[in-house]
Amino acid sequence: MTALWKSWERAVVPLFILVGWEIVSRSGLLPAALLPPPTVVLHAWADWVFGFDETAQGNSGRWLADALSSAVRVAAGYGIAAVSGILLGIAIGWWRWVERTVEPTIQMLRPVPPVSWIPLAIIWFGIANKPAIFLVFLGAFFPVLMNTIHGVKTADRNLIRAASMMGATERQLLRHVVFPAALPSIFAGLRIGIGAAWMLTVTAEMVAVKSGLGYVLWDSYYFLRYDLVLASMASIGLLGYATDGLIKLLMSAALHWQHGSTLQSREG
Amino acid sequence: MASIELKNITKVFRDAKRKRDLLAIDDVSLSVERNQFLCLLGSSGCGKSTLLNMIAGFEKPTGGSVTVGGKPVDGPGADRGMVFQQANLMPWLPVWENVAFHLRLKGWRKADRRAAAQEYIDMVGLQGFENHFPAELSGGMSQRVGIARALLLNPQVILMDEPFAALDAQTKMDMQEELVAIWQKQRCTIVFVTHSVDEALVLGTQVAVLTSRPGRVRELIDLDLPRPRDITGQQFNDHKRHILNLIREEGMQQRREAKADPVPAGRQGAAA
Repeated sequence: MTALWKSWERAVVPLFILVGWEIVSRSGLLPAALLPPPTVVLHAWADWVFGFDETAQGNSGRWLADALSSAVRVAAGYGIAAVSGILLGIAIGWWRWVERTVEPTIQMLRPVPPVSWIPLAIIWFGIANKPAIFLVFLGAFFPVLMNTIHGVKTADRNLIRAASMMGATERQLLRHVVFPAALPSIFAGLRIGIGAAWMLTVTAEMVAVKSGLGYVLWDSYYFLRYDLVLASMASIGLLGYATDGLIKLLMSAALHWQHGSTLQSREG
Repeated sequence: MASIELKNITKVFRDAKRKRDLLAIDDVSLSVERNQFLCLLGSSGCGKSTLLNMIAGFEKPTGGSVTVGGKPVDGPGADRGMVFQQANLMPWLPVWENVAFHLRLKGWRKADRRAAAQEYIDMVGLQGFENHFPAELSGGMSQRVGIARALLLNPQVILMDEPFAALDAQTKMDMQEELVAIWQKQRCTIVFVTHSVDEALVLGTQVAVLTSRPGRVRELIDLDLPRPRDITGQQFNDHKRHILNLIREEGMQQRREAKADPVPAGRQGAAA
């Protein structure tokens, strides 16, 4: 009984929202065209995915291609951001001179909203994948970087002492002590970063790219297809949720040593 | 040849708040022969951990020299094993990987590391806990891992910084017994920092009683008590009485000086 309930737990709130939404939009409180009920959205979405009755018109049956082109941009920008953010973060956290020379510049660039780079990104990279990847990189880079720096700086000095007493060189300290010690913090940055990555892919697609979920969203808005706008939003939400789940899975594999010693390990 | 040689060690710390230098260690010379078990005994702040850290290579003396096995110490290294007050285990590695951490640094293959670790895991009595993570161990077990990790280096010298201070009385007694057994079997030199007179008398072949502010060797006592040491025996208590008297005298002298000079800590070092 409890097991059955547990598996439905996650669905309770979304179901509640969907039912409420359906009732509100059918009640005539708002014109149906402005807030299409979930059933209509689902219908358009299903056609967008499977292409059976042309409800989604030109987008019919093209969902997988749209989702894939968004996902590829996220993967590319996020991958570059993760690798460079972790490497630079370790360098800044470990070597004082790197911190002194690089960090002020980074801290000045950080508050500049990634979106404000769009004009330059278009001039530099044109209208295609590249400006989107650049924007995704900007969005994901800073959270990964900041959290990596924090993780390195808060690594236990005694562990470094213990390892150097066992003959560790500086490179070995970084690889065998500092990096694993910073890993919980790095994963926190990666999880914040993936949210920013989806946000910026969609933004870039609205402005600078002619494909992907964000493009469909904006295009449907021009054609007053609010059902497709909502379907795009839901698609982005689902994909974001799925990628975050993937990172969480990776995290629990990498941080399995925390099992039983932290609060979060209870949920596993 | 002496295994560890401290010659005329002085250490001056800069006291930033009072803007003056503080003489922490004043002309300490000690030489520890091979296979000796030297206990550095003193109250907190007497510089005993600083002395140990100098042998470990974490700190440099302001004056004087430290040599281990005839070679001057110029940094931490795997020729000396160190056991810390907190076990300082890598929380992301299971027990056996912690014990074999040195071999991981040397690039040994996993199967070889695992096999090599087992001998030392058995030695400290942790069979069955090989795959546990440090968070799953008690304080005493963590210290055992720390000791096994130091032993695996097969060092001539093992440095121990109050490793049992955080353990309960019963565990502490067991660990002391086991440490003596390991030392007798491994034939290595141990320098052991402690603030407990009993602990020093149970473990050491020599006890260096340190005075504080500045740290000096008040007396170096050779112990030739039979093992296992009888902590209720006549000889043991004679030594204990003697050491406690030294400590009491020291305390009285410090109080006298404190009356004569309201800033005792800076007295010695102001000129430096």
